[in-house]
Amino acid sequence: MVEVVCSTVIDAPLEAVWAVLRDFSGAGPIPGSNLAGALEGGRTAAAVGATRAAATQSGAALRERLIDLDDRKHTLKTCLVDTPLPLYGYVAHQFLRRVTDGDRTFWQWRASFATDPQRRDDFAARIAEDVMAAGFASVRARVSRTRSAGSEPAVMRVARAATAATATAPGPLEAAIVQVSRHGGPEVLENARANVLPPGPGQVRVRHSAIGINYIDVYCRTGAYPLLAPPGVPGMEAAGIVVDVGEGVVGFLPGDRVAYAAPPVGAYASVRNIAADALVLVPPSIDDETAAAAMLKGLSAEYLLHRVHRVREGDRVLVHSAAGGVGLLLCQWAKKLGAVVVGTVSSADKARLARDHGCDYPIVSRGTGFLKAVQDATKGKGCDVVYDGIGKASFLESFEALAMCGHLVSYGQASGPLDPVDPAIFSRKSASLTRPVLFHYTADPETLRAMAAILFAAIDAGLRAAPRQRYPLSQAAQAHRDLEGRRTVGASILVP
Amino acid sequence: MPKVYVSSVIDASAERVWREVRDFSSLPKWVPAVAECRIEGNAPADQIGCVRAFKLKDGGMLREKLLALSDYDFSTTYSILESPMAVENYVATLRLVPVTDGERCFAEWTAEFDCDPTRAEALVDQIGRGVFQAAFDELKRRVARR
Repeated sequence: MVEVVCSTVIDAPLEAVWAVLRDFSGAGPIPGSNLAGALEGGRTAAAVGATRAAATQSGAALRERLIDLDDRKHTLKTCLVDTPLPLYGYVAHQFLRRVTDGDRTFWQWRASFATDPQRRDDFAARIAEDVMAAGFASVRARVSRTRSAGSEPAVMRVARAATAATATAPGPLEAAIVQVSRHGGPEVLENARANVLPPGPGQVRVRHSAIGINYIDVYCRTGAYPLLAPPGVPGMEAAGIVVDVGEGVVGFLPGDRVAYAAPPVGAYASVRNIAADALVLVPPSIDDETAAAAMLKGLSAEYLLHRVHRVREGDRVLVHSAAGGVGLLLCQWAKKLGAVVVGTVSSADKARLARDHGCDYPIVSRGTGFLKAVQDATKGKGCDVVYDGIGKASFLESFEALAMCGHLVSYGQASGPLDPVDPAIFSRKSASLTRPVLFHYTADPETLRAMAAILFAAIDAGLRAAPRQRYPLSQAAQAHRDLEGRRTVGASILVP
Repeated sequence: MPKVYVSSVIDASAERVWREVRDFSSLPKWVPAVAECRIEGNAPADQIGCVRAFKLKDGGMLREKLLALSDYDFSTTYSILESPMAVENYVATLRLVPVTDGERCFAEWTAEFDCDPTRAEALVDQIGRGVFQAAFDELKRRVARR
C-alpha cells in the first residue's frame, strides 16, 4: 500500500474553504487535476455516492466518487472507480481544521492505493504534485477571488469532455520480420515483411528497438520445442515503445518504454502485438538494448538464484556455460550474494571472461570432464547447488559434483533432452533435483514485475547485462550460427 | 462539557517543534505560566502513566498524568489530577501535524472538562488564551530564535 500525504494552510476561514471543497459538482479539485468534471446521472453536488468524470491531460478518463462527507467534522472521502491507470483501492481522505490563531485553515489530503511496484514512486510524485498541490492551488485561487469580490464567485468552468479514447487508432503497421519457413538449420530463417494489425483486447502493440536472442529460439527453429509451427516468427524477448493499446489494457500508454520475455514466439520483428500481462515498464536508468538482452537471461538468473534455490553467503555454486548469457549473470550475481563460484567454459578466453564476471574457479571443459576440477576447487566437498543448462551431456557428472544435500537445478538442455533418471540415486547424498521453467514463475504479472524490479535494481547496482554481440534483424541466421557455434559470449541482440 | 480548541501554524517542522514539547517535564521552557516542573518518583518523562507536578508563577500547584504519547502522530494526551481551577474529568491533547508545502507545522491543543457552569466561559478563556495560545506564541519565539 502506498500512502501519499500533503497538507497546506489556506489563508481563508474554514467555512470558505469547506464550501469549495464539499461542492463535488466539478468545481473542486479532482485527481488528475487542473481539470473539471461533470457529475454523472444528474446527481446533485455533495450527494454521497455522486460520481464525476474527467480526463487527464493525456486523455485518460478518471471517475471519482464521493463516499463520505461530514459537515460537522469537515472531512470527506473519495475513491477512484474504473481508472485506466494501475491505481488499485485508491481512497483519498481530506480534512480541514480551523487555525484559531488567525483567520486561516489547515487542510490535509491523504491518499492510499496499491500499484505496480515499479510505478509507485512515479504515481506518488504525480498524485502529490498534479492532484494535491494543484488542488491546493486551485482552491486557494478560488477562495481568494471569493473574498476579494465579497460575494459568491461567478466561476463557471467548462467541463471538458472525458475524451477517454486516446489518439485515433491507426490501422495496420508494416513490419520487418524474420520467419522460420520450415524446421531446420539457420538457413531456414528468412527475411520478410508483414502487416501488424491494431492490438486486440488485452494486447499492446510494441515497436521494438532491440530483440534478445536466446537458445530457446534455436529449439523453436529446429522444432526441438513445439513452440513454433512454420511458417512462424521466433523470438521471446524484446524491448521497445508502446504504439497503442487494446481494449481493457490497464497500466500502459502509448510512448511507454517496455520490455518482455514471454511466449508466444514472435519477437523477431520490428513491430508486434503482445499481451499486456507479459510487459514490464523499463526504468529510465536501463537502456533498450540492455533491457532486451537482460529480460529473459536476467529474470532466469533472478529466479534461479532467489526462487528455485536461495543462494546464501558461503554457498558453493557450480555454473555451467559460465561465459554464456545466463552464465555471466549467474556468476556475477552469485558472487554478489557471497557465494563461492565455480564455472565451466569451453575455452581459455571464456575462462578469463567468466573470471572477470565473478567466477572464482573457471574450468575449461566441453560439457564433461569437470568433476575432478570441481572437487579440487571445493576441497572435495562438492557444490551446494549446480546450475546446469547443458542437460543430457552433463547431467550425471553434475550430480556427482553435488555436495551432501546438494541441489541440482537443470534449467536447460543445450546438449539434448535428459535421459530417464532413477530417483534412487539421489538418496546417495540426500540430493534434490529441480527442472524449472522460467515462464511458470513469470506467469503471474505481479510476480513478473516484482522479479523485473529486482533485476533492474541489480543492474543499477552494477550487474553487467548489456549485450556483447549486436546484429541487424536481417542477419538473424548469422546470429544463430554464431550462437550454436559457441562463438558468442554473454548476450546477443538483434536491432530492427 | 466545556471544550477548548486552540490551533496555530508554527514556522518550523513538526519534528523540530516535537523536540520542544515531547518531554512531559519541559513545561517551564515553553509555557510562560509555569515556573517549575518535575516528574514524580523519578519516572522517565515518556513513561505512560507518569505524573508531573508543577508550580505556576502565580503560586498555584498542579499535578497532571501522562495518558498517551505518540512519536508517530506527534501527539500527547494528559489529565489533571489536582489543580486550583476546580475542574473535573479534565483531559487535554496537544498534537502537531506537518504542513508539507513549507517548513512549518499545524499545532492544535484541545481540552474537555466538567466545572460549575457559571465558570465555564472564564475557564475556557483562561486555558485557551492564557495557557495554550501563550504557549504557542512562546514556541514560535523559540523556533525563530534558532
